[in-house]
Amino acid sequence: MKALFYPGCSMQRNARPYLDSLLAIRADIGLELQEIDDWNCCGATEYMSVHRVAAHSLIGRNLALAQAQAVDTDVLTAGCSACFLNLSKTDTQMREDAKLNGTVNEALAAGGLHYDAGSLKVRHLLDLVCHDIGYDAVKARVVKPLYGLKVAAYYGCQVVRPDYDGRWDSHEHPTAMDTLLRALGAEVVDWSLKTQCCGGHMSVIGPEVAFGLIRRLIHGAAEAGADMVVTLCPMCQLNLDAYQVEMNKHFHTDYRVPVLYFTQLMGLAFGKSAKELGIGKEFVDATPALAKIQAEAPKVAEAKRRRRPKPGDGLPMPRME
Amino acid sequence: MTAATISGPKDFLSEVMAATPGDNRLNHCIQCGSCGGSCPSGAEMEHTPRRLFALIRAGERKTVLMSNAPWYCVSCYYCTVRCPQNIHITDVMYTLKAMAIQAGLYHDTSLPDFSETFVDYVEKYGRSFELGLATRFNLRHHPLSLAGMAPLGLNMLKRGRIDLTPHRIEGMAQLSAILERAKSLEGVLA
Ligand code: SF4
Ligand code: SF4
Repeated sequence: MKALFYPGCSMQRNARPYLDSLLAIRADIGLELQEIDDWNCCGATEYMSVHRVAAHSLIGRNLALAQAQAVDTDVLTAGCSACFLNLSKTDTQMREDAKLNGTVNEALAAGGLHYDAGSLKVRHLLDLVCHDIGYDAVKARVVKPLYGLKVAAYYGCQVVRPDYDGRWDSHEHPTAMDTLLRALGAEVVDWSLKTQCCGGHMSVIGPEVAFGLIRRLIHGAAEAGADMVVTLCPMCQLNLDAYQVEMNKHFHTDYRVPVLYFTQLMGLAFGKSAKELGIGKEFVDATPALAKIQAEAPKVAEAKRRRRPKPGDGLPMPRME
Repeated sequence: MTAATISGPKDFLSEVMAATPGDNRLNHCIQCGSCGGSCPSGAEMEHTPRRLFALIRAGERKTVLMSNAPWYCVSCYYCTVRCPQNIHITDVMYTLKAMAIQAGLYHDTSLPDFSETFVDYVEKYGRSFELGLATRFNLRHHPLSLAGMAPLGLNMLKRGRIDLTPHRIEGMAQLSAILERAKSLEGVLA
């Protein structure tokens, strides 16, 4: 299938392995990506906090450029949760709010642009892979099944919520990535934290809050017996990976749960080399976990069991006030 | 500029609602507390979303805009999907942040400053710039943590996960014109 592609700032650099692995697998799954020319930053979760109309206009420029470039597809995809949600939010709110629609288009006109709200289908990359390309097409490409690898599928927040277009089976316990990872041969562990927050921008503005959230997730994944966490978002990857190291310092713990992108696992199962998939750029080394999938047999000898991390006191689960 | 200056005096609830796009339904809050109970930052917030909304209804403009709650919101949208009244809670949090900045109301300047520094880079280059953002923000607000965070930065660099210089988009003039026009229309939303 063809789709317009919005990479976003993170994929360009900090999440380069996400982009590299996506580019490495796209032909296998028949995904043709057309990058939006000269796209700008989506504003993350910050621009919207300062100027509302300007934030929508910032995003509107990307939508307008994409619309102008849309020839044989009306699907616009992004791999980053925040980028995806921003594109989807502006499109949705322009559609629902005539005043906002008029205002944003008036701003866009200052740059000679226009966007017809609703003219593009904004979809997260995971959505395309699972629902458009489909599990069977993915499975058909698997040459090196990930037997023996235990993974925690982590969705984070902004792809499955608020879910303006109703793309997911659940806002709190979605299963699409679980099914995808199973199609690759991996064993998906059962855990309850798959859509809990990674800390978002709190890792910078209030690290203690973020460390608590990161510990809860990492502890939960380790507790469930996962060899790694699999993510679909650069921000989640950064918080759970790079800040896992900081979190360990803060709590005097020694968790070592690597965090990879679902596209990297697809690539491994498709027989690509770790290098080509950007594996090795993570902070928490993924090699020990990946050593497991060299084994062909689904049952891996119970050789060295990783030491169990100390149970942290963690943050409470969602509760009634 | 707030709604009140454009369309005559309004109560605070209407003002917040008018500044939040779409059918945000804030006036339908039944104070059930599902939002606060779902919030990952709830324990660190001076007011849970539920309390904040009661204060909005009570017209406690200053207390609401001074609260750290909107800044501690991580946009997880749990409250939004769980609210039995379908109130667009996360969007309301964005509105409150923008209002607080306009009114200059906050006791911890580091909270809006992160957003504003981010915006500065985007307005200058059209792209975000992680290294500049982290350095500028930490220099101003957590100078002592900079040394502690240095290994993180270095490790990012070693892994080729951070740029030393920002990337500027080609259509910067076009983007600036759009943003400038948008800002002149900022009050119109209400
Ligand atoms: S969940 Fe909705 S109705 Fe309940 S207190 Fe929060 S905003 Fe009000
Ligand atoms: S969106 Fe914000 S206010 Fe709502 S639950 Fe998440 S952090 Fe709390």
